Amino acid sequence: MCPVHLYTGQEAVAAGICCHLNPDDYIFSNHRSHGHYLAKGGDLKKLIAEVYCKEKGCSRGRGGSMHVYDLEAGMMGSAPIVAGTISLALGAALASRIRKDNRVSITFLGDGATGEGVLYESLNYAALKKLPIIFVCENNYYSTHLPISEIRVSDQIYKVAQPFGVKTHRVDGNDVLAVSDVAREAVSLCREGQGPVFIEAMTYRMRGHVGPDDNIQGTHTDIRPKEEIEQWRLKDPLTRFEKYLVENNVCTQAYLSDIQECLQKEIEEAHHEACQDAFPDSKEIAKYVFRENT
Amino acid sequence: MCSEKIRKLSYSLAINEAFHQTMERDTSVIFIGQGVKSPWYVGDTALGLIDRFTEERVIDTPVSENAMTGAAVGAAIVGMRPVVVHPRCDFMMYALDPIINEAANWHYMSGGHSSVPVVFWGVINRSGEQAAQHSQAIHAFFAHTPGLKVVMPATAYDAKGLLISAIQDDNPVVFIDDRWLYRTEDYVPEEFYSVPIGKGVVHRKGKDVTLVAISYMVPEAMKAAEELQLKGIDVEVVDPRTIKPLDEDIIIESAKKTGRVIVADVGWQSFGVAAQISALVSEKAFSSLKAPVKRIALPDIPAPASRTLEKAYYPMSADIITAINKMIVD
Repeated sequence: MCPVHLYTGQEAVAAGICCHLNPDDYIFSNHRSHGHYLAKGGDLKKLIAEVYCKEKGCSRGRGGSMHVYDLEAGMMGSAPIVAGTISLALGAALASRIRKDNRVSITFLGDGATGEGVLYESLNYAALKKLPIIFVCENNYYSTHLPISEIRVSDQIYKVAQPFGVKTHRVDGNDVLAVSDVAREAVSLCREGQGPVFIEAMTYRMRGHVGPDDNIQGTHTDIRPKEEIEQWRLKDPLTRFEKYLVENNVCTQAYLSDIQECLQKEIEEAHHEACQDAFPDSKEIAKYVFRENT
Repeated sequence: MCSEKIRKLSYSLAINEAFHQTMERDTSVIFIGQGVKSPWYVGDTALGLIDRFTEERVIDTPVSENAMTGAAVGAAIVGMRPVVVHPRCDFMMYALDPIINEAANWHYMSGGHSSVPVVFWGVINRSGEQAAQHSQAIHAFFAHTPGLKVVMPATAYDAKGLLISAIQDDNPVVFIDDRWLYRTEDYVPEEFYSVPIGKGVVHRKGKDVTLVAISYMVPEAMKAAEELQLKGIDVEVVDPRTIKPLDEDIIIESAKKTGRVIVADVGWQSFGVAAQISALVSEKAFSSLKAPVKRIALPDIPAPASRTLEKAYYPMSADIITAINKMIVD
């Protein structure tokens, strides 16, 4: 199986942001993109098939887990070159400005991407032209294996956007309602021509950086302290939101259990089908290098 | 093509005309880059574009090649047809990530779902004592990368026609030209026309030796061919016009006819376009060859500043003549 960077633990960020987007708004993502795609209205079966590198995958098995595309869902692409898609979202926002189509572009980046110069170039230009783009930085405290204290002088990432005059937020990324509140405001600012907005969402990945192997907690490659992982487990965004829903009588625990059961079946079915699906035909290796001109 | 409307035009104004005509026809065409407002950067290639198409579509940028080239790629992904100019292609090095990692791979990585109709335009600024970081020709980097098309027009006619083709292409196209070509003139139709990507041209027919010339080496090759004609040596000048995909047939056909091939490129010799064409001829026309293929290209040395060193650095028509004479005698 191809390298897989699981999103487990960070779900509230994607869900809280994408619930305010229209189907034709654009998102650009990174190596940890599965959650972004699903939250934007992606197709679970196409995603899982892609993780298995099958022809039925959303990128026909040519991209794998790190290159998730679904133009109909507004998932414009994801790439593991750290910070590589920030400028692409900038260009999509520039296109929206020129066409006056009122779309918003999102770039999802990690704390590691703050080490790349293109972030600052893009912040400057987005602010200069007040482009409709939201920089969503998921600060999960680790850049691959390195804790944030070893890569940055300050762990307050949201402050990097302030010198550019960009509106910034720092939010509890494991609280879906808190993320949703800042996202709602950010999206409407962008639609009013008052972008860009920078959101730092504090969160934590419950798995290692990349799997299959390193996604299993406790393997030698995931060197994060066990106690730290357990502390974050208590702040799991799904458990927190379920608790909120039940305590505020939005729904019952039984209703949530039903949803979980349905989802579990859906996921198992997607994996089962993906395992049965065909791999791309090796005779078609050269297909898709160039698009045939229309 | 209506011959009445053919008139002489400089190379740079031919580029300018291609912009006027494509931007007028297609509102998704935008022009991005450092210095599009300034003749100092882009000469007269952008003449009148802002007045006509506004700063919304003709966008001068901060010195942020990585982000602005990436923005052009992103705009292309969502359906625009941007041209991003690097008035000195040395600065394009900052943009290799969006050009190679993203644009070149994008269509393939998406399983054919997404495409990037963008033009990356880089200008070679050879000589003028500008030294190693203002003179480089980096077309071979791009030609080496799957997913990019690379065009290098040598005449005003081809500059207009290939820029139009590059903008209309649904794939990323790298358009490389040379500042030394900007004042050269050619017959250029006023009409909107295109020159097909991947098709070379024989500028001059000949039977004794095939001279494959790239970009600025084309006028030097023509000069050399005319001088050699006086001595009874008949040189065929082939201009591939597109480096990738290369028009292999036109080169092989000529090589088989003459049996002697010299390749003159504007880049460095090692691992470059001349090496590629030399390998191609060896693979596909070996039995027709009367002599080993000869490369004329830049030495593996950074571009020097001093004019005495520059004179030794850049091959010109005299070097081509020497090489051809030697090949014929041998």
